[in-house]
Amino acid sequence: MGSLRDTMSTTTAPTLSRPSPPGLGPIAWARTNLFGSWVSTAVSLALLYIVARAVLGFAEWALVGAVWTVPYSATGIAQTAVCQTAHGACWAVIHDKYRLILFGRYPFAEQWRPAIVVLIFIALYTVSAIRWFWRKELALIWVAALTAVGVLMWGGVFGLKPVPNDEWGGLPITLILATFGIAFAFPLAVLVALGRRSTELPAVKTLCVVYVELIRGVPLISVLFMASVMFPLFMPAGVNIDKLLRAQIAIILFAAAYLAEVVRGGLQALPKGQTEAADAMGLSYWQKTSFIILPQALRLVIPPLVNTFIGFFKDTSLVLIIGLFDLLTMGKVALSDPPWQSFSTEVYVVLGLIYIAFCYAMSRYSRGLEQELNASQRR
Amino acid sequence: MSDTAIDPRMSGRAAPKRPLRLSWSDPRFRAIVWQLVILGIVGVIAWYLAYNTHKNLEVRRIATGFGFLDRVAGLPIGEAPIYYNPAESTYGRALLVGVLNTLKVSVVGIVLATILGTLIGIGRLSKNWLMAKLTAFYVETIRDLPLLLQLLFWYTILQGLPPPKTATDIGGVAFLSNRGLKLPMLEWETAHTAALTAFAAGLVGTWWWNRRARLAQEATGERPAVWPVACGLLLALPLGVWLVLGAPFHWEIPVLRGFNFQGGGNISPEYFALLLGLVTYTAGYIAEIVRSGIQAVHLGQWEAAGALGLKRGAILRHIVLPQALRVIIPPMTSQYLNLTKNSSLAVAIGYQELVSIANTTLNQTGQAIEGIAVIMAVYLTISLSISLFMNWYNAHIALVER
Repeated sequence: MGSLRDTMSTTTAPTLSRPSPPGLGPIAWARTNLFGSWVSTAVSLALLYIVARAVLGFAEWALVGAVWTVPYSATGIAQTAVCQTAHGACWAVIHDKYRLILFGRYPFAEQWRPAIVVLIFIALYTVSAIRWFWRKELALIWVAALTAVGVLMWGGVFGLKPVPNDEWGGLPITLILATFGIAFAFPLAVLVALGRRSTELPAVKTLCVVYVELIRGVPLISVLFMASVMFPLFMPAGVNIDKLLRAQIAIILFAAAYLAEVVRGGLQALPKGQTEAADAMGLSYWQKTSFIILPQALRLVIPPLVNTFIGFFKDTSLVLIIGLFDLLTMGKVALSDPPWQSFSTEVYVVLGLIYIAFCYAMSRYSRGLEQELNASQRR
Repeated sequence: MSDTAIDPRMSGRAAPKRPLRLSWSDPRFRAIVWQLVILGIVGVIAWYLAYNTHKNLEVRRIATGFGFLDRVAGLPIGEAPIYYNPAESTYGRALLVGVLNTLKVSVVGIVLATILGTLIGIGRLSKNWLMAKLTAFYVETIRDLPLLLQLLFWYTILQGLPPPKTATDIGGVAFLSNRGLKLPMLEWETAHTAALTAFAAGLVGTWWWNRRARLAQEATGERPAVWPVACGLLLALPLGVWLVLGAPFHWEIPVLRGFNFQGGGNISPEYFALLLGLVTYTAGYIAEIVRSGIQAVHLGQWEAAGALGLKRGAILRHIVLPQALRVIIPPMTSQYLNLTKNSSLAVAIGYQELVSIANTTLNQTGQAIEGIAVIMAVYLTISLSISLFMNWYNAHIALVER
């Protein structure tokens, strides 16, 4: 982790401009980078003015004029009149609703369980990001973590109260949809990518091409609609699969098509000599693939894999449209409470910050990793 | 492993063809068996699902087929680019309106996102530190937020605007209120159509003259000037046609009457929010593509061209852009496709494009399979068209390697 953090902090995006020589004072720095020419000076001043106004305006709205708590009536209804007259944000809505937004309608007394689930997911992402763990045992860690998530959410064993999954909601749903989606889509994606590269099995290749192109050609929303309205028709009478699982299957099938293309990129980037050398050694197809090809190809595609994961993490918010209670949907549910209806900006800002916290960490990591891999390839 | 040098001893001989043996040790036989097994499994699953679907449709008495397309829809549509009346128009026409609305937001969105994204991408390479950092901040933030959240946010902002009575006045001709953006509209007359036709003819003429100039340059080394002809055909000709036909010019400015504006053009809050969200979101991705495309061109190219005495504009046009575009076009294609597919999120804010109308249709008729088939068919057609066009353009600009 140490080496990783070093690369992330020291590397910046390479630009066309030459770096100014070190040891210059702040005035010389400002001269070269802000006031280099008349045009540059004008741009700097205009931008400074805009930034200052935006920052001051936001600070006034979010901090100075903000209302942090509101009184409650005897029946427990929030009195938001104070917010209506205030000039700034009404953070009281977050104070009032954060448990609902984060954990949905999960039984209030049991909400420590989804809280632990969120922590497990964060720990799982952190562990997967550390290079030392990039080995076969990582798959076992994922299985263990996802099993623990299932046990904690459902309950029913170890004296945990069972909670049916239509009571789940909020951040755990977002994390579950994204993580389970990627965990199940990944093996499928590897198979599809291998099938698409196959030269000896033309029928399998056609099947894989049709699957990938069909899924990638349509929006996720149509696949989710398919899961919510068409899926029940596919099942024999009496079999009823609940909504969360149907959406999860749709996301897995959707993600697999995109991941397959990422994996295929890695397979294509591998020099042909590797396959030929493995053939010359007399390895069978599966020995060659699992010991020679995949370990190298998958390492190459980790940065784009993380980027794809960020995409799916954001895209899970689309389940709002088919009525599942993910983080974004819970934000809207919180806003449907009459006293808080006019404070959607505050809720959206907080939801945005949660999404940014996850996505920014991942994209930062993927960029650092990309530069590290590029650096090792240039050597 | 060089591909160019072929061993002369090998070139005349192909691998000997062996007859197919019905044995597990023959790889070709194994391949056929495996394919049959996999196709069989897929076929059985498909048949099982189709059988269940058939049964379920019978039990629930849901009709099949596309007969519903000819029935009267009765679903109200807020904005329709073609004539649409809920009382008499069919589902087929409603879906057509949806397709047109999808295209309306996608085409405008692609153009605007390309412009904004290119500007931001160039801004990220600016020597001005503040400019580079601000654009980087924009790109990072916009790409870390779900598009749906951004759409809901913009829609809430637009709905929170003052009502028409206290609308924001933009120069006395345009008005921004919670009913949308009201714009002045040109009163369209035949003279305008004629001028537009003249302009199109001018475009063809300019293209032809440019081609001739290039051929002349290749033959003689002298390039006939293009710009006087271009000015004449693109500016003077349409202007002349318009003047000859009496130069009609009337703006229709929206006026506040009662609770809403009358006259002029209208951009609904739904369309506006969707366009705003799609353009700002996709521009974040396009900016990164443009930036990496420009950076992919080596600094030495700029310096070498400068040493040859080319001006900065000429370097950009003849040296850098052709090389950068090769890197830019393929990922740009997938961003255009993404924007088109993302326009389906409009269903969450009530802009009635294809997915929204198809969803209402399948809820009203119960014909889920046909409804989703329509959505998928339309999107696959759009995706394929954009891919084909961009592939053609990519092949057009690709450097020919000798």
